[in-house]
Formats: sequence, C-alpha cells, structure tokens
Amino acid sequence: MTSADLTRKTAAELADLLAAGEVSSRELTQAHLDRTRAVDDRIHAYLHVNAEGALAAADEVDRRRAAGESLPTGAGVPIAVKDVMATEGLPTTCGSKILEGWIPPYDATVVRRLKESGLPILGKTNMDEFAMGSSTEHSAYGPTRNPWDLDRIPGGSGGGSSAVVASHQAPWAIGTDTGGSIRQPASVTGTVGTKPTYGGVSRYGLVALASSLDQAGPCTRTVLDAALLHEIIGGHDPLDSTSISDPLPGLVEAARRADVSGMRIGIVRELTGEGFQAGVQQRFDESVQHLVDAGAEIVEVSCPSFTFALATYYLILPSEASSNLAKFDAMRYGLRVWPEGIDDPSAEQVMAATRDAGFGDEVKRRIILGTYALSSGYYDAYYGSAQKVRRLIADEFTAAFEQADVLVSPTAPTTAFRFGEKMDDPMAMYLNDIATIPANLAGIPGLSLPSGVAPEDGLPTGFQVLAPAMADDRLYAVGAALEARLTAQWGGPLLDQAPDVLTLPAPTTAATTTREA
Amino acid sequence: MSELTRDDVAHLASLARIDLAEDELDHLAGELAVILDSVATVSSAPIADIEPMSHPMPIVNVTRPDEVRPSLSPEEALAMAPEAEEQRFSVPRILAED
Repeated sequence: MTSADLTRKTAAELADLLAAGEVSSRELTQAHLDRTRAVDDRIHAYLHVNAEGALAAADEVDRRRAAGESLPTGAGVPIAVKDVMATEGLPTTCGSKILEGWIPPYDATVVRRLKESGLPILGKTNMDEFAMGSSTEHSAYGPTRNPWDLDRIPGGSGGGSSAVVASHQAPWAIGTDTGGSIRQPASVTGTVGTKPTYGGVSRYGLVALASSLDQAGPCTRTVLDAALLHEIIGGHDPLDSTSISDPLPGLVEAARRADVSGMRIGIVRELTGEGFQAGVQQRFDESVQHLVDAGAEIVEVSCPSFTFALATYYLILPSEASSNLAKFDAMRYGLRVWPEGIDDPSAEQVMAATRDAGFGDEVKRRIILGTYALSSGYYDAYYGSAQKVRRLIADEFTAAFEQADVLVSPTAPTTAFRFGEKMDDPMAMYLNDIATIPANLAGIPGLSLPSGVAPEDGLPTGFQVLAPAMADDRLYAVGAALEARLTAQWGGPLLDQAPDVLTLPAPTTAATTTREA
Repeated sequence: MSELTRDDVAHLASLARIDLAEDELDHLAGELAVILDSVATVSSAPIADIEPMSHPMPIVNVTRPDEVRPSLSPEEALAMAPEAEEQRFSVPRILAED
C-alpha cells in the first residue's frame, strides 16, 4: 500500500490494518508526516510539527504490538492536537504571541488519554488567538487556508484541526468548541466534528477561553471515527471539577447501528430559512428527506429565545474570557515586555505593556468588552441579563426535547467565505456561529457532518445534530445514518470531490492577519 | 444603555492592564459601540422573574480525598518564567520608590 493510500483511509480502517499487522504505526505516521511536508506550506494548518516525537511514539506502539500486548482501540493511529491543549515538552501557544515558545510542564487530560491509548501526536494545529474567531485570521502566526480553496477560510477557531483532517495530513484531530469552533470548521471543510456534552470531556489542561462554555471534542472525516475518538478522550476526570461522573453512553455502538427508525427529529424554526445561504438550506432540506426515508419522523419546534443567543453569548464569553486571560501577567510564564521610556517600571506597567504587545486586536476587543459588562453599574443590564436569557435558552431546549429526540439545523449560515471579508466587521464575523452557539449556552452536545456542496459555489455545507445533555449517542446514530445515505448518493466520501491541494491555484488574496508586526 | 466614549475605553483598558496605543483606542471605541448596541438587546428579552444561569450543569461541591499527589518540581515550575532567581519568580518592582 502506498503512503498516499494510507492518508486517504479513515482512522477506523487504519486501526484495523494495524491490528491485523498489515501496516506499522511507523509507516502510517511517516506517511502523514510526508503528506504534511508536501502540502502544509500551502495550507499552514500546523504551528508545530512533532515528527521525531510522533515516530518515537509509533515505534513504541509497534514494539508493544510485536510483543503480543493487547492494545487499546486506535493504538498507533496518529493524531493532531489543537494548540490550546497543554502538551508536555511540545510548544503550546494558543495562536498568541503572549505564549510564543511556551512549553508546558504537564499534559492536558485529553492529551494524556491520547498517549495512554498509543496515539502518536503529529503536531499542534493553528487557531484563532485563544480560540476567539471563526476564520483563523486572528491567529498571531497567520491564517490557515481551506483545502477546498486557498483564498477561503477553514473556519475557526479550530481551522487548523479541520484543515489537517480535510487535507489528509492527519486521520483525526482534537478541537475545542466554545461557540462552534469544532462544528463550524467541520462544516466549511467538508469534515465531521463533535462538541460533546459539557462535562463529558475533561477541561484539565485546556487553556480556558470561557470556562462555562468550553468543551474539547473530535475532528474527523467520518462519524464513526468521531465516535471512536470521543470514547478515547471522554469520561470522568477527577482533575476537572465540572467533569461528569456517569459513564459515556455507547457512542461507537450508536454509530455502527446508525438507526433512526421511529426517531423524532425536530427542525428548529429559528435556525433555518432566513439568513441561510440558498445552497446551504437546499442541502439541509435534502438531508432531512434522507432521514425521513430512513424511517425518522419530522417535527417542527420553535425556540424563540434563540434570537437572543448571539447577544447573550457575546456578553457571557467576553466576561469569562476577561477573567480567564488575567493570568497572562508577564510574571510566571509567557512574554514579558518592558515599556519604553520608563525608568524602573513597576510590575503593573510591565504587565500592561506586555498585554498590549502580546494580545491581538480581537483578544483586546473581547477583554475590554468583558471588563465593561462586569463593571459596577452595568453588571445587571449586561452580564446579569445575559445569564437570565441563558436560562430561557436552556429551558427552550428542554421543552423542544420533549417533542423531539434530536434537533437539526444547518451548521453554519454560509459556505467558507474569503479572507478579509469580515475582518473589519466583528458583528458579521460573529454571525457565523448563530446556529452553533445555543448548544454551548445550554451545555448540550452537537455534531456537524457534511451535507454536500452548495450548487452556487461548489463549497461544502454542514448539517448539525443536537441532542439532550448526556445523550451524545443520538448524535452518532443520526449522523451515521445520514452519512451512509449521502455517501451512497455521492458514490464516496464528500472529500473525494475536493480538489487536489497540490494543483490548486495559488491564492490570489493575501490572507490578512490582525497583527501589524 | 450608556454610550461608550474613548475615555471609557481608556479607563477599561487600564482596569484590564492593557496599555493601548492612541490609534487602538480610536479604533476600539467605534467597534465596541457597535457591538454593545447589538448585545444590549438581551435586556429586551422576557427575563423578568427568570433565575440567572451561570453554568450548564447544576454544580454541587466536588471534593476528593486530601492526598499528596505528584506535582511540579521548583525547577519545572520556574522553567518557563521570564526571569527566576533563588528558586523564585523574579518580578519588576511592586512598590513605589518613595
């Protein structure tokens, strides 16, 4: 089997090949590193490639397998990790200059579980700075390009993780989702991504953006691979006090069963129609019909408070972020910048100079907004009101799930947009997450899978499935059932329709970044 | 809802310990006003008598046995510090001279 063949396989197929002894972990880790060497100067999905470390981990798995050890599922299948997860001995920057060169002294629990399962870590993927953005244009290290069209965004904040998977540089990757940062990148790159139930995957060692919203999850090319990875990283962790102690439901089992017969599927009136690109809506409607054909029953539900979700999110997130990012104070780790023109500056002056030099525009914007929303005299009107609307939204989900087993919508309102299109209009950028944000506010799980390409621009569209808290298995049942019908209709995975990255025209637009220096 | 002036943004930036340049203040004041107009719509939602929700999961006290676990050595904790001295983080002066 050629190295190119290996990078086209799903993680589940690679795990089977490894278990059968038909390929070594070193061979397939090397195949993915070779692919990165060939394409990533065009995509820029990685901030750091861990070639030596990944090959050493692969050799160790091969040695254990040769010695007859019984290995966990997926052992030897290499993976990429978003640069917001602490990785011992590997740089972790969160896409920010303030953490340039920082090497964590410990592993996030998610990373520890990957290592314990024998998954070699290929590298750290690019992201909007501290996960604030929907395009990777806010990365301090330059944006990642969409493997379908190098002039377009790969989604964000986890555009590096979606792009490595879409460009076959990794079979699977870890992302994090605070308002859609796993699902929206999956949608615009023709890949699969899951935001698990809040508390379903440990946040220990995940550099916090908004602690009550953040959740790590899988980025993959198939629904089954997402379920496999979700089971590897999920489950209780005593190091995260918000971790759920109940065991995960059977996710892989649900994906393999792929059964939606008799299931009630709710279409959320507020998350379809107006504001959604025609081709996105068309592919959504066709996907719903596939689920009907598979035996599901369709109901329409209304969640009127969802119209306030974006405003609620952009108060709660900046408030929590302004507090979480206070730790970047130039004292214990990260950048330290001495202010110019001040003799013997104070710690506070050094702190302020460092945070000005180290943070990009979007991070500053949200810290200032959060500081305002939490300040005395404005707290009740802004943060206080947002917390009440959050309750309304959660209550409307609860009511909707009495009428339907799962809810569905398009994942993002449009296909991938061009670099620079929304950089000067923060509100237009924030609208990308209109359909994904409600799940984070309520803590419920969501999955995005490809629903096709929009006829008007030939770019991927995404289909979102939402389930009640702790019922993540339903995402995989619905996702796998739809995926089976769509791939049969297409005659193969959607990514087979993507252009060859190596022969794509060079970008015509310079990808803008927020940083001048 | 109140207007957000350039002076307000400068004050907020000082509270947030970010030494914004003059042009950054100009830029941010305009952008934040637009964002604030949009997010202020939350107060028009039907939220009278609604309990605020701070967290998606009902939180109860989470405890674990008070047992010594492995932790970072001083060398590991200090390895990424901008400056370290005598096994401590070295920081700029924290008090005024006079």
